[in-house]
Amino acid sequence: MLSVDGLFFGYKNTTILKNLEIELHQGEILSIVGPNGTGKTTLLKCITGIIKPNKGTVMIDGRDTSRMSRMAHAKCVGYVPQSSPSKFPITVFDAVLMGRRPYITWKPSEKDLETVADILKSMDLEDIALRDFDQLSGGQKQKVLLARAVAQDTDYLLLDEPTSNLDLKHQMEVLEMISSMVKTNSVAAMLAMHDLNLASRFSDRMVMLNAGEIFCSGEPQQVMTIENIRSVYGVEATISQANGHPYILPTGPAGHSGIKKCFSS
Amino acid sequence: MQDICEQYKDFSTRKLFFIVLLVVVLFGVVLIALSQGASSVGFFESFKALFRQKTGLAHAIVWELRLPRIVMAILVGCGLALAGSVFQAILRNPLASPYTLGIASSSGFGAVVAIIFSGSYYSQYLIAGSAFFFALLASLLILGIAKFKSATPETMILAGIAIMFLFSSLSSLLQYMGTVEEVHEIVFWFFGSLSKVGWKEIGVASVMILLPVPVMLRWSWDFNLLAAGDESAKALGVNVTRIRMCGVVFASLITAAAICFTGVIGFIGLVAPHIARMVIGGDHWFLLPASALIGGILVLAADTLGRTCWAPQIIPLGIVTSFIGVPFFFYLLMKKKREYW
Repeated sequence: MLSVDGLFFGYKNTTILKNLEIELHQGEILSIVGPNGTGKTTLLKCITGIIKPNKGTVMIDGRDTSRMSRMAHAKCVGYVPQSSPSKFPITVFDAVLMGRRPYITWKPSEKDLETVADILKSMDLEDIALRDFDQLSGGQKQKVLLARAVAQDTDYLLLDEPTSNLDLKHQMEVLEMISSMVKTNSVAAMLAMHDLNLASRFSDRMVMLNAGEIFCSGEPQQVMTIENIRSVYGVEATISQANGHPYILPTGPAGHSGIKKCFSS
Repeated sequence: MQDICEQYKDFSTRKLFFIVLLVVVLFGVVLIALSQGASSVGFFESFKALFRQKTGLAHAIVWELRLPRIVMAILVGCGLALAGSVFQAILRNPLASPYTLGIASSSGFGAVVAIIFSGSYYSQYLIAGSAFFFALLASLLILGIAKFKSATPETMILAGIAIMFLFSSLSSLLQYMGTVEEVHEIVFWFFGSLSKVGWKEIGVASVMILLPVPVMLRWSWDFNLLAAGDESAKALGVNVTRIRMCGVVFASLITAAAICFTGVIGFIGLVAPHIARMVIGGDHWFLLPASALIGGILVLAADTLGRTCWAPQIIPLGIVTSFIGVPFFFYLLMKKKREYW
């Protein structure tokens, strides 16, 4: 279990995360949702150790991450960034092989290469294995970054907006991949998500952040309510159900007189 | 379909083959350089002098004039190219070179100070020592600023540019005050030249250039990860700040060692890593040795050309490296279809 306890983060004058308490269990997908600038990415970075929280702890299976070495930490938590800058040419195989870094000292071993080859095969990236990462489409890049995190072989995966630049089909593919990985390998995934409908469709639990604080959390049914969306996003919406998942249809900004009339009473 | 693992290994073998090929080419250029020169010691004669004869004019020419020059050219080329690759990796900037962080202009200033103020103590070692000292001073300044603010590539590059301007105007000021002879000497230093090197200088330079090589190779994976972004690198367990700081120190040390005896030799440190990258890609495990070899080949070829094509005049090395480096680089840039940064 990964648990975030009393986490605070901020720069000199601004506090970004306030007293967060989050638990992530094996075999579970947890989505972090909330408006822009609410601290979703910052939270993920605190958990992966990219930035240090000012207060509070991140515990992984009972171990305090602040006492772990970087490499030990990297063997526990994998991170998929929103995008990866690529100034220099690198093949897809090498890009995925980077995920083995915590296990490599001088050169990758035979086992590292085999692991990467297996992952590429299972994720259908075989054909582009020796292509240049930079020449791939957005969807392919996202899959490669995901493959890198899988190669890292961790029990916990953190993904920052894994679907943000993807078309519908790739959104589905990437999320299906994450979902099947979580179920079959009994790992746990935490996703920072913008798309509430995708989040609701794919996650077991959701945490809704507002201005760095947890506004509400629970199953998608509990979090995706008209009131929550109005107060956190400032948007009026209707909520419907499809296949047991709630989904929202935004109708307009909250406070707009015409729309408000429709929904009041 | 062939197994991906096998494909990747083939790919690695091809890179290794390219490195072997570079060693062969370097060896070929050494043979040519050894047999060319102002005196009439020719191809076969020079080899006889190299291995069999222990005395005589040919022996002296080969062992005291040509060979030290060749060895130093290779060392300087390797050093500059290696430092260039490291700077490009840690600053995540394809325009970075050993001189980006103001290291050339500060070591130039060191040389200028030594030339102007040494007076009767004038010696080549004083100039080299001063150039070396100031090169390291520049990198320490950068590190100080990075430590105080943040060790991002942007901070470092901006600080480096500021330092470059500071030292080049200081150099100009001293040149303005110097005598004609001193200014001549300074100009000559900025051209870069291998005329004054002997075995002693080679000894000093080789220790400083070759010692950090294993460390750089050990870090090749971390350099690869830095290219993927600081965040990804950190998430994969790399201590980004430390690797960047140490990288700057080592690469500056190599640069300082390479240029303190020879003066400023431009372009190699920028272009050799790119040539290597165009051919074998961005994996530093292969890129570092390949670009070092390319640097060695380029400097040696340039120096050989500079001292033979217009003999007995010797064209300063720094000028020739640009003359042969630029067209070659343009050629590769045009030929390569894809954008690669």
